[in-house]
Amino acid sequence: MVHPVIKLVAQRLALGLLLLLAASVLIFVGTQILPGDVAQSILGQSATPESLANLRAELGLNDPPVTRYFNWLLAAMQGDLGTALTNGQDIAQAMGKRLGNTLFLAATAAVIAVPLAILLGLIAVRYQGRWPDKVISTVTLATVSVPEFLLGYILVYLLSVKLRLFPSLATIYDTMSLGEKLYAISMPTLVLVLVVLGHMMRMTRAAILNVMQSAYVETAELKGLRPFTIIARHAFPNAIAPVVNVVMLNLAYLVVGVVVVEVVFVYPGMGQYLVDHVSKRDVPVVQACGLVFAAVYIGLNILADVISILANPRLRHPK
Amino acid sequence: MVEPLLDIKGLKIEATSYPPGEAPRNVTIVDGVSLTLEQGCVLGLIGESGAGKSTIGLSAMCYGRGGVRITGGVIKLAGRDIREASALGLRGLRGHEVTYVAQSAAAAFNPAKKLMEQVIETSLTHGLMTKAEAEARAVVLFGKLGLPNPETIGNRYPHQVSGGQLQRVMTAMALCPKPDLVIFDEPTTALDVTTQIEVLAAIKEAIRDTGVAALYITHDLAVVAQVSDHIMVLRGGKMVEYGTVQQIIEEPREEYTRALVSVRSIDHAEKADGSAAVLSVKGITARYRGTRFDVLSDVTVDLPAGQTLAVVGESGSGKSTLARVITGLLPPSGGEVVFAGRTLSGALAQRSKDDLRELQMIYQMADVAMNPRQSVGTIIGRPLEFYFGLRGEARRKRVQELLDQIEMGKGFLDRYPAELSGGQKQRVCIARALAAKPKLIICDEVTSALDPLVADGILKLLLNLQAQEGVAYLFITHDLATVRAIADRIAVMYRGRVVRYGTKTEVLSPPFDDYTDLLLSSVPEMKLGWLENVIATRKMESAGN
Amino acid sequence: MMRIPLAAMIGLFFTALYFLGAIFAGWIAPYGMAEIVGDSWEPWSATHLLGTDSIGRDLLSRMIFGGQTTIFVAAAATVLSFTLGSSLGFLAAVRGGWVDQLLSRGVDLVMSIPSLISALVVLSVMPVTLPILILVMGLLDATRVFRLSRAVAVDITVMDYVEAARLRGERQLWIIFREILPNALSPLIAEMGLRFIFMVLFISTLSFLGLGIQPPLADWGGIVKENKEGIVYGIPAALIPAFAIATLAISVNLVADWVLTRTTSLKGGRGG
Repeated sequence: MVHPVIKLVAQRLALGLLLLLAASVLIFVGTQILPGDVAQSILGQSATPESLANLRAELGLNDPPVTRYFNWLLAAMQGDLGTALTNGQDIAQAMGKRLGNTLFLAATAAVIAVPLAILLGLIAVRYQGRWPDKVISTVTLATVSVPEFLLGYILVYLLSVKLRLFPSLATIYDTMSLGEKLYAISMPTLVLVLVVLGHMMRMTRAAILNVMQSAYVETAELKGLRPFTIIARHAFPNAIAPVVNVVMLNLAYLVVGVVVVEVVFVYPGMGQYLVDHVSKRDVPVVQACGLVFAAVYIGLNILADVISILANPRLRHPK
Repeated sequence: MVEPLLDIKGLKIEATSYPPGEAPRNVTIVDGVSLTLEQGCVLGLIGESGAGKSTIGLSAMCYGRGGVRITGGVIKLAGRDIREASALGLRGLRGHEVTYVAQSAAAAFNPAKKLMEQVIETSLTHGLMTKAEAEARAVVLFGKLGLPNPETIGNRYPHQVSGGQLQRVMTAMALCPKPDLVIFDEPTTALDVTTQIEVLAAIKEAIRDTGVAALYITHDLAVVAQVSDHIMVLRGGKMVEYGTVQQIIEEPREEYTRALVSVRSIDHAEKADGSAAVLSVKGITARYRGTRFDVLSDVTVDLPAGQTLAVVGESGSGKSTLARVITGLLPPSGGEVVFAGRTLSGALAQRSKDDLRELQMIYQMADVAMNPRQSVGTIIGRPLEFYFGLRGEARRKRVQELLDQIEMGKGFLDRYPAELSGGQKQRVCIARALAAKPKLIICDEVTSALDPLVADGILKLLLNLQAQEGVAYLFITHDLATVRAIADRIAVMYRGRVVRYGTKTEVLSPPFDDYTDLLLSSVPEMKLGWLENVIATRKMESAGN
Repeated sequence: MMRIPLAAMIGLFFTALYFLGAIFAGWIAPYGMAEIVGDSWEPWSATHLLGTDSIGRDLLSRMIFGGQTTIFVAAAATVLSFTLGSSLGFLAAVRGGWVDQLLSRGVDLVMSIPSLISALVVLSVMPVTLPILILVMGLLDATRVFRLSRAVAVDITVMDYVEAARLRGERQLWIIFREILPNALSPLIAEMGLRFIFMVLFISTLSFLGLGIQPPLADWGGIVKENKEGIVYGIPAALIPAFAIATLAISVNLVADWVLTRTTSLKGGRGG
C-alpha cells in the first residue's frame, strides 16, 4: 500500500500541474478571445484593411483559437515563447537575464525578511499585549497600508535624497561584483522587505499564538518545564507547518510586489519587462511573462501545501 | 503533629472579564475556600459548571488558566507556602510533586510527539530517574492501568490511540514521576459510560497501589463517590458542604447537596401500552453518502401516541442518525417511516407542511439551535406565523402563553438567546417545538449539555407538557438515568442495530443480553462501593466463563 | 448605546472626511483639475497650499479631484465585487453539490494567478477606460469575497438553527436572508472595508504603472507618476498622495477592526 503522505503529495503536485495548465488557458483566453484585436492594437486605428489582414495571417490569428492555444503551449513547453511584436526579439532570450535579476532581488529580500519576520513574530508573542507587541503591530500595520510604490518613493526621498545613503536607481550590470550588486539593489530590497514583513509577521504571530494557546502547551507548563523547553519541544514542532505555510504564501506575494518595485527603481527585471510591454500592447510578451509569474506563484503555493502535509504528524503516522 | 500534604486557607481567585462595550472588571471566581488533604487521601471537588472547582484544583499547582489570578489566601504544600515560591521553585514542583490529568487527553497530548516521550518527560527533566528506569516504570503503569500492549503502546502517537486509552496514558503520565498529589480534572467526563467505568476502575486502583493523594474534580456526584474519601461541594466559587463520602451521600446537611444527591431520581411510572402508534419505524437501513457501511441496519421500533420512546446508545451507535432519517434529513436506503398513519417520504423536500409541523425537534446544544440575531419572541413566533398564519397581537399573545407553559413568565419576549441561561435556552427551544402543536417531538440529547439540577428541571417540564398536550417524545440519550426518568419504552442501540426493545420494565429487567448488561451495569450509582461490586462481579463472570 | 472606542472614532472621522471631500470635490477645490496656474513645482504657499505639480497645476486641487476619481473607482469596484462575490458565495454554500464545486474550482483557478498579473494581462488587450477598470478590478476581487462569504455561510449553514428552519419547511430565500445573512453581515462589512482599501491600492498601483486612470483625469496613483521625477531633486510633491492613501487605508482599517471586534463580542467571544 502506498503511504498516504506520498499519495497526498502526489495529488497536490498533480493538482498544481493541472492548475498551471488551466492558468495558461486563462491567460491565453484573456489575451486572444477578448474583444480587443492584437493586429488592430499594433497597427493603430488608422491601419488599412489590407495591412491588418496581412498581419493577422502572419500572427496566425486566422487559425481557430484551440489550434492557436496548443501551438503556443507546445512551443512554450519547449522553451520557445515566441518573438516580441514590438522589436522582433526572441522572448525567451530577452527574459532569461531579467528573470535571473528578478529572482536575485526577490531572494535577497526573502533572505532578510523571513528570519526577521519570524523573530519579530516570536517577540510579539512573547510580549503579547505589551508595548513591544503593540509597537511591532502598529508599524507593520502602517507598512501594510501603504502601497509598494509609495513606500519606495518615501524611502527614496528620505534615504537617497535627504540622507544620500543609497542609490535611488537600481542599475546593475553583469560586470559588477556581488557586493556592488547588493549595494545597487539595497533600496528595492528594503522596500520589498518592509512590504512582506508586515504580512508575514502578523500571520506568524497568529500561527504561533494559536499553538501557544493549545491544551498541550498548558500540559507542558503544568509539567514544570522551562519556558525554553516548552517552546522548543512542544510549541515549535507544531508551529512549523503553519509558519512555513505563512512564509511560502508571502514569498508568493513577494513575487507580485517585485513587479511594482522594479518599475519604481528602474530595475531590469521581469516586472519592468512586463509593464513596458503591457503599455506597448505586445501580447506575446505579456502572455509569456504572465505564464512565468503564474508558474512561480502556483509553484510556491503548492510547495506550501506539500510542506504542511509533510509536517502533519497525523498524516505522517497514520493509524 | 504531621503536616497535611495540601493545606489551603481562605483561597481567593479572581479574573478580569471584558464585557463588550464596557470597562474591564474583576470577577471573583473562588471566594474564601479552605481545604486540607492528608497524605494518600482522595478529596472529591464537586459542583456544576462555574463552581470554580477546576480553578481550585489548579491552584494546588499555583497555576491560573488564562487571565485567572490567585489574589488571596495561603496554599501550603507539605508545609511550604507555594504562593511565595519563585518561578524556579514552582517549576520544580509542577510535574514532580503535583501532576495533572486533564479532561480531554486528546487535546492535552502534543500531537507531534510519541506517547512514551511525553509520559517520561517530567521524570527526566526533573532528574528523577534515568531514561531506562522511567520507561520501565511507564510500561508497568501502562499495564496496571489496563492498557493493551503496555510494552509497545508508548511508541504510538496520540492520534493513534482511542480516547479512553489516551485518558489512561495521561494518568500514567501523571503517576510516572512518583508525585505526592495528582489532580484529576473531570478525567472521565468525555468518555462513554462503558469506557468510563474501566478508566475509573483503573484510576482508583492506581491511586490505591501508589498511595498518592488526589484531588478528584467532577460534576458527577455518583462518580466522585466511588473514588474519594472526602467530598467538598462547591457552588458559585464558595464551599457549600464538606464531609466524608458517606456523610455527603447518606446524610447531606445542606439543601443544595440534598438536591445533588437526589438528582436523577425522578421516577416516572410507565404508561399503559394501549394507544395506537404515532410513529412506526420499519426496517430502516441507512448510510451516509460516499461511505460503504450502513450506519443503521434494519431498525424497527414503534412509539405509541402520547408516550416516550427512549433510544439509548453510546457514541457511534446510530441513535442520532435515526433522528436524521425520521426528520427527512437523511433519506434511508431501505425501510419506511410511518407517522400518524401516513408513510413519510424519505426526503425532506417532498414532505407536506403538516408532516413537518407535526414532527418537531429539540437539539442538544440550545446555544446553536437558536439564531443569535433573533429575539425570543421571533424564535417562538415564527412557527406560529409559518404554520398557523398568526400575526401581530394574536401571535404575541400565543407566544406569551407558550412562555408561561415553559415556566418562564413575562419579560422574555424581547430578550436575545445570549442573554439567557443554559436552562432557559433549552426551554425556549421546547416552546418553539410546542408552538407547532406537534404530535411527536424528537429530543436529541436535550439534557446532556446541562448541569444535573437544570437537566432535572427540563425533564420535569417535558413530563408535564406531555401530560397536558399528549405529545409523544422520541428521546435520544446516552444517559440511562435520564431514560429511567422519562421513558415508557426503550430501544437500546449498538453499532447501528436495535439490540433490545420493549417497554421500560421489559428492557430494564433481566435476563439481559450482553451489551445491555454491560451498559446498565456501567452507569455510576450514587452509593458507596458500587464500583468495587461491579468490577468484582465482572471478574467473577469472566473467570466463570 | 455602545461606546465607540477612540481608535474607531478617529477612523470614522477621517473616512468620512475623505468621502465628503470626494463627493463635494467640485465645490471644495480652489482651482480646476487641469488648470495651469503657476510654474512647475512651486513650494507650499498661501495661494497654493500644497504647491504646484510638474506642469504648474495646483496640487491641492489635483489631490481633491484625484481623490474623487480614486475613491469613486475603488468604491464602484468594491460594490461590484461584493454584490457578485457574496451572492455567489452564499449560493454555493446553501446549494452545495455541483453548483458549489463549479464555482469554487473556478475561483481557485482565477486566484491561482496573482490579481495584478491577471489585470495586466487583460489590460494589455482591452482599452483602458473607467468602466473597464472597474469591471476588471471588481471581477478579479470578487473571487476573494466569494471565498470569504462562502466560508462564513458554510459555518452558519451547519448550525442547528438553520437545520431547524429547514425542518420547519422554510424556503431557500428565507434561510439565506433571515437565518444566514444577519449572522454573516458583520464579518462581511469588516471585509468590505479591507477590500475597499485593497481597491484603492490596486487602482493607484495600476495608475502609477500607467495602466490605470488615463490623463488628463487625475487620481492619486497618477499624481505620483506625474511628479516622481521631482523626488530626486528633493521635491516631495509625489509623497502627498502617499500620505493620503496611507491615512485613508489606516482609517478604514480602524473602522473595520472595530466592526469585527463588535461581532466577536456579540458571539460571546472575548471583547476588548
